[in-house]
Amino acid sequence: MSMPFYVSPEQLMKDRADYARKGIARGRPVVVLAYDEGIAFATENPSRALHKVSEIYDRIAFAAVGKYNEFENLRVAGVRYADLRGYSYDRTDVSARGLANAYAQTLGTVFTTESKPLEVELVVAEVGATAEEDQIYRLSYDGSVADERGHVVMGGQAEQIGARLSQDWQPGMDLSGAVRLAVQVLGLQPEGEPRVIPPDQLEVAVLDRTRPRRAFRRLPAAMLTDLLPTQVDDPPPAPSHPAEQG
Amino acid sequence: MPPENSDPSGRLPLAFTATGNASFLDFLAAHAPGMLPIGRGLPVGEVPASPHGTTIVACSFEGGVVMAGDRRATMGSMIASREIEKVFPADEYSAIGIAGTAGLALELVRLFQLELEHYEKIEGTLLSLDGKANRLATMIRGSLGLAMQGLAVVPLFAGYDLDRRAGRIFSYDVTGGRYEEREHHSVGSGAVFARGSLKKLWWPGMTPSDAVRTVLHALVDAADDDSATGGPDLARRIWPVVATVTAEGYRRVDDDALTAAVVEVESARRATGATGGDQR
Repeated sequence: MSMPFYVSPEQLMKDRADYARKGIARGRPVVVLAYDEGIAFATENPSRALHKVSEIYDRIAFAAVGKYNEFENLRVAGVRYADLRGYSYDRTDVSARGLANAYAQTLGTVFTTESKPLEVELVVAEVGATAEEDQIYRLSYDGSVADERGHVVMGGQAEQIGARLSQDWQPGMDLSGAVRLAVQVLGLQPEGEPRVIPPDQLEVAVLDRTRPRRAFRRLPAAMLTDLLPTQVDDPPPAPSHPAEQG
Repeated sequence: MPPENSDPSGRLPLAFTATGNASFLDFLAAHAPGMLPIGRGLPVGEVPASPHGTTIVACSFEGGVVMAGDRRATMGSMIASREIEKVFPADEYSAIGIAGTAGLALELVRLFQLELEHYEKIEGTLLSLDGKANRLATMIRGSLGLAMQGLAVVPLFAGYDLDRRAGRIFSYDVTGGRYEEREHHSVGSGAVFARGSLKKLWWPGMTPSDAVRTVLHALVDAADDDSATGGPDLARRIWPVVATVTAEGYRRVDDDALTAAVVEVESARRATGATGGDQR
């Protein structure tokens, strides 16, 4: 019988983290940013059925990058968690913080105990009565949580896009301004001119604090066409890619 | 420990990540069966007196359905509530009205609303109207044990069918039998009187406001002969809950419109004396 090689815990964790990070960086970025009447989510996603941004509860939404089957599973778990909590207590007792904690424990446990970490990164956002009460939590593959203010980027080129957002995002932007900025930064490329992403290749949704109960709403392509500036030249053909890469 | 965190490590338990089921009811039955209001056995013995909801009426009109419920709950010969509401939106395109043991019925409505919303969120699409009606039948069947001990809940379900572009009405019995009704239907203790009224007053191709007046007439007729049904309360200005469901979705008729309709109904009945009047 051969002896297994000794692998130090540091090396083991580092390998897992590298593995997860590589998987996440392959996906297309998701941008989450606050505007005056809520929180907007945008990503490039040609599919109309396989979403990366979804409703969890009345005031809570979920956005993810990474492996579709893994984050879809977490999304369903989140809906069940929220509905169960709302049913056992009251609808007002369901909070993004509780959900973020449950996700963090799940991601953390999988990262340390299972053979493969989840290759996902999540945002759980809750819209409050005012912009100051909005909450945006960003969760990583290892279960770490960050309480973000204003804007978040996940997925490929997150650093480049994040830097641009910190420069151009301001509190109190209106919806069209926020969506325009989001689409603009999604088109950034590591080198060369930024791409112009056509509205039918975009998945955009908002948590709108002015809506009575369920704040989540998807913005259809027709509405995006009105919000976005008219494009002067033909956009380059969007590369086809499976939702798995999302 | 709160039911949503039963795993010692704090991670979401396996039931949360199990795939292939969009039903909240099934999830609850698997993960926290103690929380289900239905399907639980009761100890032997008489159930103490508890409030009962009474009459619900519904009728279809051109492009939708209207549902109305009186505001009375009774406990034996006592009036338990003058203001109880028994007609609710089940989701954006359907309404549910309940008669029977009020406590269980209200819980059933809450669970049914959640069931439809849960499906919608998980699947990303609405259930068909038949699908919703069948789901409700399953829930009623699950509470048969309670019904046999005198805690029956009998709902009336109506909605706008987005595929057929028409309003449809479904009635149920305590065994979970589901029956599609043409034109109109009523449930509860005053249902017999309301049904007679609806038969005379309903006609095909009604407008929504005709339909609202017709269901109000039916409730007034039911309240006339059934002590457990309350009519419009002019002194306290408590009107029945009336809601329409059309292609635009569920809309509760507001108090101002109801005040006008109630006054119209009352004056129509008064004008020709005690015979009931020309009610159109």
